[in-house]
Parts: sequence; C-alpha cells; structure tokens
Amino acid sequence: MTRTTLDLWVGIFVVGGLAALLVLGLKVGNLSTFNMSESYVVHADFENIGGLKPKAPVKSAGVVIGRVAEIAFDNSKYEAKVTIRIDKRYAFSKDTTASILTSGLLGEQYVGLSPGGDEAMLKDGDTFKLTQSAVVLENLIGQFLFSKGSEGGKKAEQ
Amino acid sequence: MFNGLISALQGVGRHVVNGIWRLGYASRFFAMILLSSGMSFRRIHLIIKEVYFSGVLSLIIILVSGLFVGMVLGLQGYETLQKYGSESALGTLVALSLVRELGPVLAALLFASRAGSAITAEIGLMKATEQIVAMEMMAVDPIARVVAPRFWGGVISMPLLAAMFSAMGIFGGYLVGVVMIGVDVGSFWSQMQAAVDFRTDIVNGVIKSFVFGLAVTSIALFEGYDAPPTAEGVSHATTRTVVTSSLAILALDFILTAFMFRGVS
Repeated sequence: MTRTTLDLWVGIFVVGGLAALLVLGLKVGNLSTFNMSESYVVHADFENIGGLKPKAPVKSAGVVIGRVAEIAFDNSKYEAKVTIRIDKRYAFSKDTTASILTSGLLGEQYVGLSPGGDEAMLKDGDTFKLTQSAVVLENLIGQFLFSKGSEGGKKAEQ
Repeated sequence: MFNGLISALQGVGRHVVNGIWRLGYASRFFAMILLSSGMSFRRIHLIIKEVYFSGVLSLIIILVSGLFVGMVLGLQGYETLQKYGSESALGTLVALSLVRELGPVLAALLFASRAGSAITAEIGLMKATEQIVAMEMMAVDPIARVVAPRFWGGVISMPLLAAMFSAMGIFGGYLVGVVMIGVDVGSFWSQMQAAVDFRTDIVNGVIKSFVFGLAVTSIALFEGYDAPPTAEGVSHATTRTVVTSSLAILALDFILTAFMFRGVS
C-alpha cells in the first residue's frame, strides 16, 4: 500500500483535532489541576448552604485543599449534609471550623476551613463539630429593616 | 369557497402524509447505512478519503470563523464585564460560550453549509448521471460503497472540527482580551480553568458536536440520495440540506443543552 498526500493531510487534520482537544482539556479545562492524589472524606452539617454546589473548592488560607463531593439533605436534622473530599497531604484538627464563604462580591461560593488547636486530627468519615452557614443576603436585609423599624417605633414612643 | 377549503385541507393532508412517508424512508435509509458500515470499515481508505473531503477541506473556514468569533466575544465580553469591574472573568466568558455552545453549534452550521451541501450535490449528481444505477447493475451496493464512507467521514470530522473551532476561538479571545486590551493574563487563564470543567463542559461539547455530525451527514446523504435526478432536483436538494440541517442543529442543541447542562451553574 502506498502512502499518498491525502493520507498526510488527513493525518495532520486528526493530529490538529486531537491537539485542540488536548489544549481544551489541559489549558482551558481543569484537567491539569485535577487531583489524582489520595484523599479522605469528611462531612459537615450546615443550616443553610446558600449557593454551594458539588465540585466547589474547599480552601484553607486561600489554598484549594479539596472539593465538595456531594450535597444532601439530612431528613432527621433538617440540615444540609455536605461531603467534602480533602487531599491526604493536608491534616486538620478535630475542632476545625467549616464556613461557607463567597469569593468576591459576585463570585462562587466555597467552603473555608479555619484550623483549631485540638491535637487530635480529623479522620476519614468524621464530621466537623463547628460550622458556619452561608450568609443569605435576604436575611441580612430583613434583620436590618427590622432593627430600623424597631428603632423608629422606640423614637415615636419617646 | 367550500371547494377551496376542501382543496386546502387536502393540500395540508398531502404534506403531512408526504412528511411521514419521507421520515419513514429516511429512518430506513439510516438503518441501511448503519448495517453497511461494517463493510466500509473494512475498506478504511474510503472513509479516510471522506475525512479529507469533509474535514480537511472545511478546515480553513472553521479556523478563520473560530478566530473571528473568539475575537468578537473577547471584545463584546470586555465591554460588558468592565461595567461591573469583572474584566478578569473574560476568560471564563469566552471559554464557556465557545466550549458549551458556539463551538459545536457554529462549527456544525458551517459544516452543514460547506461539507453537507457538497455531499448532497455529489450524491445527487451521481444519481442524475445514473452512476448509482450502474453500481447496482454491477452488484455493487451503493449504500456500502458511496453512502456509508461519507457518513462516517462526516461523523469523524465534526467533533475534531468543533474542537479546533473552540480552541481557535479561545485564542482569538486571548488575542483581543489580553494582547490588545490588556486584561491580566494570569487571571484570564486561571479564572477560565476554575470555571470550565472537563467532564461537564468539554466532554459534553464533544458529544454535542458528534450528534450534530451524525444529523448533518445523515440529512445531507438522504437529501442527495432522494433528490430527483435533474439539475433542478439536485439544486433543491442542496438547498434543503442546508435549511434542514441548520434547523436540526438548533433544535438538537436546545434538547441536548436541556439534558446536559440542567442544574449546572
């Protein structure tokens, strides 16, 4: 079988297409930052998770140390149960606080971990004892309006 | 008046019956292509030749269009984002728009106009010059010899073209956003990488373009094979290929997007 110029062009085309896919995967997508190292799973119960989504980053001191694996609703406690996968390289004390924070004003929500002082470390399957729910703007505005309203009422009584 | 209404109803009925008849014939034609595919894969050089005609020859229009679409996205995206002080999110905007929607859809529309119409015209002309009948006379199955290789050539080419369109578009967005306007290069790429998910966005985009390739090539081949063997018939079939393929791409895009990106932020 003889090789033709057509084969060369099709070869270049296929290589170009695969290279484009590779660029999309490595440079554009998060495949290059995909964590293949071992991890352990911990749970956190929140009263309100706001707009937290699966795969959201878990950060400590601004560094991504894991990802949200799953979000479920706990039917007995009426709370959100967030399963977090943390890289095995990072160990956190048992009294670490997990909070739901927002990056920037309009940014995505992520889980922030603030380490405590306990000597015992979190193990696979443990649950965070201290959690801080997401700030819901509507609640904040509601509280603000309520306090303003009650201030106005007191002034009127005086 | 009454007779006019009756004949109008007859006309509608005829169109509906004709449409259903064509749909059934098209389904049988598609099944025949799939059944004859095994034989085509045994003669792989036929498929490679069609990858050349559908893919390689469409490359220039795909790459140039991708570059310009990306550049326009970069420019328009910057204009909007800078009002909210979020120019650094330009990378996210350009990449997500291209990888999820514009890449597969625009590449497929261009593919339908460039390769789809060529396939229809070629097959229609083969029919008009009685080459298809001659093959049947020589006991050569025209579906296995002519249609199936073109089908697989198009189906293989489409995802590769869409990937190149998206990659080129992101490069265009980078050229305008980072090189010309001066958005920070670090945040352009890092915000893009943080927002674009390989599985959800890129793989789904590739699946979309594969489905579009399947639809466009099937429509183009069917229209060509079903074309009346006259100059007018072939020209009508070519027009119908572009119109039907474009509508099919847009409708399929809506359905696939509803399935793939439901609940994804």
